[in-house]
Amino acid sequence: MTRRDDIPPDYREVKRHSVFPEVAHDEAARFNFLANLNRHVAGVLGAGNRAAYESRALPAFEKAEGRAPKDRFEIRHAMNRDPYHRFWSALKRNSMEMRQQAGRAMVLRQLEALSAKAAALNAGKATLELDPMVAVPRYQAAVDIHCMPGSYHGEAVPGDVLAGANYDSGIFATTGGALGGLTDGGGQALVKWVRENRPGWAPRRILDIGATIGHNAVPLALGFPDAELWAIDTAAASLRYGHARAQSLGAGNIRFVQMSGEDLSRFPDGHFDWVQTTMFLHELSGRALPRVIAEGARVLAPGGLMLHLEQPSYSDAMPLFEQFMRDWDAFNNNEPFWSAMHALDIPAILESAGLPRAGQFSIKVAAEVDRDIFPPAAGGAQEDFGRAAVWDAYGAWKPDVANARVAAE
Amino acid sequence: MSVDPILLAGAKAKGKRPAYFDAPESDRLLSMVLALASDVAVMRERLDTVERLLDANGVVSRADIETFRPDRDAAHERGLLHRELVARLLRGVQQDMEALSADDRPVEEVSRELRDS
Repeated sequence: MTRRDDIPPDYREVKRHSVFPEVAHDEAARFNFLANLNRHVAGVLGAGNRAAYESRALPAFEKAEGRAPKDRFEIRHAMNRDPYHRFWSALKRNSMEMRQQAGRAMVLRQLEALSAKAAALNAGKATLELDPMVAVPRYQAAVDIHCMPGSYHGEAVPGDVLAGANYDSGIFATTGGALGGLTDGGGQALVKWVRENRPGWAPRRILDIGATIGHNAVPLALGFPDAELWAIDTAAASLRYGHARAQSLGAGNIRFVQMSGEDLSRFPDGHFDWVQTTMFLHELSGRALPRVIAEGARVLAPGGLMLHLEQPSYSDAMPLFEQFMRDWDAFNNNEPFWSAMHALDIPAILESAGLPRAGQFSIKVAAEVDRDIFPPAAGGAQEDFGRAAVWDAYGAWKPDVANARVAAE
Repeated sequence: MSVDPILLAGAKAKGKRPAYFDAPESDRLLSMVLALASDVAVMRERLDTVERLLDANGVVSRADIETFRPDRDAAHERGLLHRELVARLLRGVQQDMEALSADDRPVEEVSRELRDS
């Protein structure tokens, strides 16, 4: 079969598991339209932002201020007055809102049945632990992340799976299938990277912090079937869906536990061989992020791996205009910590948490998906900044006191 | 269940929505235009499904439509329909983008130039 990267795959290629919503004809068609709309707005019309900046916004700024913009915020304020960028942003914001409405409509019409299916899969399983004493932190509750009404934790009726099922079924629209049929291209890429970079490694216990519906935890559990995987999150509504989803995908070795990454006191020091976050750090806060990393480093065993998958950080080497474009989701798609997070010095935070720079590394990771069906993420001028299924991963091997595998060099 | 799925599907997300245009009506109207475009696209895909089922079977039921699954070639052709609709819908924005780097002079100026040259 020839690859046809000019068109996102049909929504019907999205893989169905037992708690995935039933998809009516027009629901699939609506997601097909949104996937094509997103691709056109990002890939074709996105390039106009640079033209508007260079031909209008930048000259106007320089004329008024007598200098070039000094940071991404000044560019944003200048571009928010430019008619092209305003229209482009309005299109993109609408596409996010439409995606939420489409996903929620599909899930809500069958909510009772889906919630019952999940409840049946979850019943009596010790691998799902919900704790109503775990509060939804301010950084998860201040606004509805991604413009998802109710965010990861909201419910239409108590105990439902609306948040999880809507999140799971709609990611296709924003990424045009770039994360694969099970939206697990990130998790699949992690398994591949570990196999290539530490062949034969068999982690005994893996912790995925901020796991939401476990879409990136399931590949780890299936890739390392002898490992015990802990997927933790503060949102019960996402966890109860994620647990049922994992069960139906045959990942019985994941525990879904309602717990904050800021307080891992349940675990002794050195409990896990691998501590992972995937597109999670940007949904924290300035104080919470170092706490999560410090707790993660504490529960990490000597010789163990800590890895954080994120969008690229804003370094001095990254042009300010690109930083501004990558910041779009922060202010237009309810990701209020996104901008500050991507400017943090993650290596310094890892070092403060007890993970020395000698054992640190950063890598580029591309989503691992079935390329016969799902297109690769576009780069360059076509890139959908902030959405591309190509990440920067910040990692560290914790010093191993016994054989000093990191310090040896 | 006391949930109205239609109203709840379109619930507002917590967090102030940016105003993209000077006139709030413009923000509202763009949302309406895009919603209409979405449903035109949905109808077009549904019509394509009906046509393909009629071609194949000469008869079509609603159940056939709901369970229809295009093969990869058909899915690509249908994807192109969406892409073309989006491109037609957003032609004005795309031409605005091209104009940003086009250095066009007003046609009145060109008209005078041609008259005098």
